[in-house]
Amino acid sequence: MNWPLEAFLSFLAAGAFGVIFNAPRRTLVSCGLVGMSGWLIYRAFFLAFDDSVQASFAGAFAVSIVAHLLAKKFRMPMIIFSIAGIIPLVPGSKAYNAMRNIVENNHLEAIAFASEALMISGAVAMGLVFAEVLMQLYFKRQARRIQRKMGLTQE
Amino acid sequence: MAQIGETRRELALDCFLLAGRIMMESGAETYRVEDTMIRMAVSQNMVNSHCFVTPTGIMFSPSEELATRFVRINNRSTDLERVALINSVSRKLVSGEYTLQQAYDEMMIIDQTNYRTSVWVQTLAASVASACFFILLGGSWSNIPFPFVIGGIGFIIVETILIETRVKIFAEFIGAFVIGILASIAVYTGIATNLDTLIIGSIMPLVPGLLITNAVRDLMAGYFVSGLSKGAEAFLTAFAIGAGIAVVLSF
Repeated sequence: MNWPLEAFLSFLAAGAFGVIFNAPRRTLVSCGLVGMSGWLIYRAFFLAFDDSVQASFAGAFAVSIVAHLLAKKFRMPMIIFSIAGIIPLVPGSKAYNAMRNIVENNHLEAIAFASEALMISGAVAMGLVFAEVLMQLYFKRQARRIQRKMGLTQE
Repeated sequence: MAQIGETRRELALDCFLLAGRIMMESGAETYRVEDTMIRMAVSQNMVNSHCFVTPTGIMFSPSEELATRFVRINNRSTDLERVALINSVSRKLVSGEYTLQQAYDEMMIIDQTNYRTSVWVQTLAASVASACFFILLGGSWSNIPFPFVIGGIGFIIVETILIETRVKIFAEFIGAFVIGILASIAVYTGIATNLDTLIIGSIMPLVPGLLITNAVRDLMAGYFVSGLSKGAEAFLTAFAIGAGIAVVLSF
């Protein structure tokens, strides 16, 4: 596969989604970067382990962490950065194949695809939440450390 | 003195509810809206306030003396610029940079201004996104004009019907249906290959990504009412898109 090309395309796609969702103009490049990092990590995991559920988890985890850092930097809600980044990880093709097989009366195939789509969406959700909890823990620790340094704690 | 305090509190209440309404209408997460409203209330010395935000209405109970207020949220769309603007106004109010009156005026301006880029720019963005996804999902370069055109047409159809009828599921169904028909025509006349990738790339701009993300985050934060209702909205959208494509594929 062609890494620079995929990076460029996912950057462009996530930036375009930023435009559709009307993200503030100065964050559009950052939206693109979030999407790019999510997609590249998803692809790298997919090529290494050949399992789209794990890869989706890793991709969503990366999206959430990058979005969190950018949200701190820009002092804006994290949702602005994370939405555009999540879209490439949505299991569109699996859901489509499930639908197609239902229409063609291959119900067993359809269930296989549908359950895979469900697993992937679950993995994306878990990735988002895990990263968020970890980041919150980290920032809370950091805030407490700074407070202690400045002698602001109550103890 | 008591009189002044009363009007000031009424203004504060209007201010919180306005902030909550704009944020909910623009697609912020429920827990962020509640958090923002409570923070603003605490900054105005209303410590014992409670608020309950759902995707269709906000209840805010300031304290024992004042009456509980309610606002209805009628139309929800996605406008992240507004979320960011309200967020910065509330930050400034909490840090003391804005007075209550300034914050309220600022929010009224935000409420009445249209921050959306024109539909044509959005359609162009949808076209670009469709084309990018088409290549990322393994489509061939020679076919790239098709997802570009079809994705844009699908997006603009959904937007137009949404403005005309306000029925989301119908708009998305028709949009997906048209995308399916156009993609089938392109493939069966022989000018494009690989129907599956073409359709998947073109429906990407319609995927309810925001709703899914919000629903999951609300559920995980313990806001079950709004999490479930947003999840239902996302499911309906996904169902409408799937049904629109399925109707085409069944021929």
